[in-house]
Amino acid sequence: MSIRERLSGNEATAIAMKQINPDVVAAFPITPSTEIPQYFSTFVANGEVDTEFVAVESEHSAMSATIGAEAAGARAMTATSANGLSLMWEMIYIASSLRLPIVMALVNRAVSGPLNIHNDHSDAMGVRDAGWIMLFSENNQEAYDNMLMAHRIAEHKDVLLPVMICQDGFITSHSIENIQLETDEEVRKFVGQYKPEHYLLNDKEPIAIGPLDLQAYLFEHKAGQAEAMRNAKKVIKEVAEDFEKWTGRKYEFFEKYKLDDAEIAIVCMNSTAGTTKAVVDRLRAQGVKAGLLKVRMYRPFPVEEVAEALSHLKAVAVLDKADSLNGAGGALFEDITSAMYVNKKQVPMVNYIYGIGGRDTTEKQLESVFEDLKEISNTSEVGNPYRYLGLRKGEK
Amino acid sequence: MTEINSKTPMEELTKGGNIYNAGNAKEFKTGDWRSMKPVWIEEKCKQCGLCFPVCPDNSIPVGKDLKRKDYNYDYCKGCGVCAKVCPFGAIEMKEEGV
Amino acid sequence: MAYDLKDVVANKPSRFTEGHRMCAGCGAPVVARMIMRALKEEDHAVVANATGCMEVSTFIYPYTAWTDSFIHTAFECAGATCAGAEAAYKSMKKQGKLPENKTTKFIAFGGDGGTYDIGLQSLSGAMERGHDMVYVCYDNGAYMNTGIQRSSATPRFADTTTSPAGTVIPGKMQVRKDLAKIMVGHHIPYVAQTLAMTNFKDLYEKSEKAIYTEGPAFLNVMAPCPRGWGYPTEDLMKINKLAADTCYWPLYEVVDGKYKITYKPAKKLPIEEFLRPQKRFKHMFKPGNEWMIEEFQKEVDARWQELLDLEEITNRE
Repeated sequence: MSIRERLSGNEATAIAMKQINPDVVAAFPITPSTEIPQYFSTFVANGEVDTEFVAVESEHSAMSATIGAEAAGARAMTATSANGLSLMWEMIYIASSLRLPIVMALVNRAVSGPLNIHNDHSDAMGVRDAGWIMLFSENNQEAYDNMLMAHRIAEHKDVLLPVMICQDGFITSHSIENIQLETDEEVRKFVGQYKPEHYLLNDKEPIAIGPLDLQAYLFEHKAGQAEAMRNAKKVIKEVAEDFEKWTGRKYEFFEKYKLDDAEIAIVCMNSTAGTTKAVVDRLRAQGVKAGLLKVRMYRPFPVEEVAEALSHLKAVAVLDKADSLNGAGGALFEDITSAMYVNKKQVPMVNYIYGIGGRDTTEKQLESVFEDLKEISNTSEVGNPYRYLGLRKGEK
Repeated sequence: MTEINSKTPMEELTKGGNIYNAGNAKEFKTGDWRSMKPVWIEEKCKQCGLCFPVCPDNSIPVGKDLKRKDYNYDYCKGCGVCAKVCPFGAIEMKEEGV
Repeated sequence: MAYDLKDVVANKPSRFTEGHRMCAGCGAPVVARMIMRALKEEDHAVVANATGCMEVSTFIYPYTAWTDSFIHTAFECAGATCAGAEAAYKSMKKQGKLPENKTTKFIAFGGDGGTYDIGLQSLSGAMERGHDMVYVCYDNGAYMNTGIQRSSATPRFADTTTSPAGTVIPGKMQVRKDLAKIMVGHHIPYVAQTLAMTNFKDLYEKSEKAIYTEGPAFLNVMAPCPRGWGYPTEDLMKINKLAADTCYWPLYEVVDGKYKITYKPAKKLPIEEFLRPQKRFKHMFKPGNEWMIEEFQKEVDARWQELLDLEEITNRE
């Protein structure tokens, strides 16, 4: 039986963690994810979980301690944002290379500098090649649901990779919305017990973790990580199917919103998808065949599926909430265009960098993107594919 | 654990580079690093024990009888620390292969 | 039971095997092996190692020289990594997920680079939070793994590859950081400084106390590096002894804030005795550089006196 509640994204995440009841949580506060360790330490203080909460002195230590705990045989979790993730960066790679199924909540925020505490995706994009499974969440419900699915994915024997559950800072993390929660008992049944095959605390089989891995081996170990990432696709799908059977809520690699019969579409991630849906609805009422593809599973990237889903369109706009500063478009745009090219799907595409540092993204702006797409689909001329949305710029 | 070497295909390597047979460095012999060799002169040895713990390479076997045995040259790197601590001149350093 | 060197070596198995690839004559494996021997035979250990000489030489895929569980993550976080494993143990033990009758102890090793410098924050955090673990710094006074660069543990005037003894600047110009005292400042139950001397009693007993004192403990162990210090490899134990006899490396412990000097040389030797055999101090013995030896001696004397005072003050009724 689901429970109707009204919660912020951070509360929803913290409650998911409480229901999962991990053995160890090590975290350091950083806006806008601070509430997660706050809520969680309250659960610990009130004896509502069995977790050992480690109030570390930095995010570097948060990830290091999480790695130590997971390697020891525990289910270990953490949460962070922006610069916190930047400070963890070294350990992010180490966590995945050690094949530890850690689960982390990432509440997306702009990475410094200059300092800004508001939402964009520059933190997540900085670790997109770090070997973590990355799931994005449009709202509190998805942040909660993705969190409930995370351990089943991470701990699967064909995967054994860490998972990052992303949601937008403030926009989602601090907005109170309706949500369906599952019962503690049901959650624990779904998530299951963690039974690692090899772990430090097994005195019957002492193990060594984290070698010096030289020329003869590192290549193969890295390829092993890539293989696990490919395997994750199947597992993510299976877990989502089980989840749907349980809760009735359906999750796929990406959500197609009025996409199948669309002529023009936006591709984006996280909360912007919600605003885009409202715009799509309005345009549809006006007879415009607009649609949306909302990427949920960003790593592994659903290359063939995305290419197939977008192949029938006349024009596509990819919205990146992080600028790669490479003079050639954002990360999501690169992933999508590369997927299309490799799968021999030729659709005119344009990229918009938007919402940097928490800049509001309005329906009006998204309407202007669809206007641009109409123009492109009429003329088949893309013009400059690398654009900004909502940027103040002089005429020259 | 199966034998792992530089010919092992990726599927047969351990995940993440973990090693499940702790202490298997013993399979890696370091004796060929040696240019000088300690020679134990048993007659002069008083079994005082001072050389037992100073060997960085655990190459001085000590029995349950609390007595040392001859060197394990599979690992001895010939550093000479043992010879230097011996108060009785019971360990001599000699050039390897002479 | 009173310490018996022969009995310990013969009857307590080495938990740090041969076949590792530390340099010939390295001081680190000698102390690490003895520290590991201080574990009760029936106890399991989780060792966390900071990146450094010891880590890259004892766990080169696919070989590990550790017979206990071992984890290396990165350079600056042996403290936090070990703390995480200890938190897992506490949690899982409490929940009945681990065998009740089995004890696991947690020991972190780091060189002076991974401990005094890049890993200081992680160490400080782990100690402050009260994890039941021992952090062992094997201090060889420079970043040896990358090729003898100065650290905050490098003694004044030492010639290193980033504090070279040049014509204008004669080696490292700053004095060593006193890490053991920084750890005492964390008000943890056990802090000790030691090295491998003669029969290893000091090292062994302090290790045993550190491992079996409940709560965080810190051991600072001098581990000479023949290559970085420039002395013949066979002189390891002589260098150790001189460090203790000149009071360059005082042997002491601090139990619940009370200082106890565990070795007071019958005759405190002049610091030249320790400096002269080492190439890193060679320039100090050139004519005109006598002031450097004097300064060094002054520093050693001041620290030693400070320690004597602390012992007196902290043990007053």
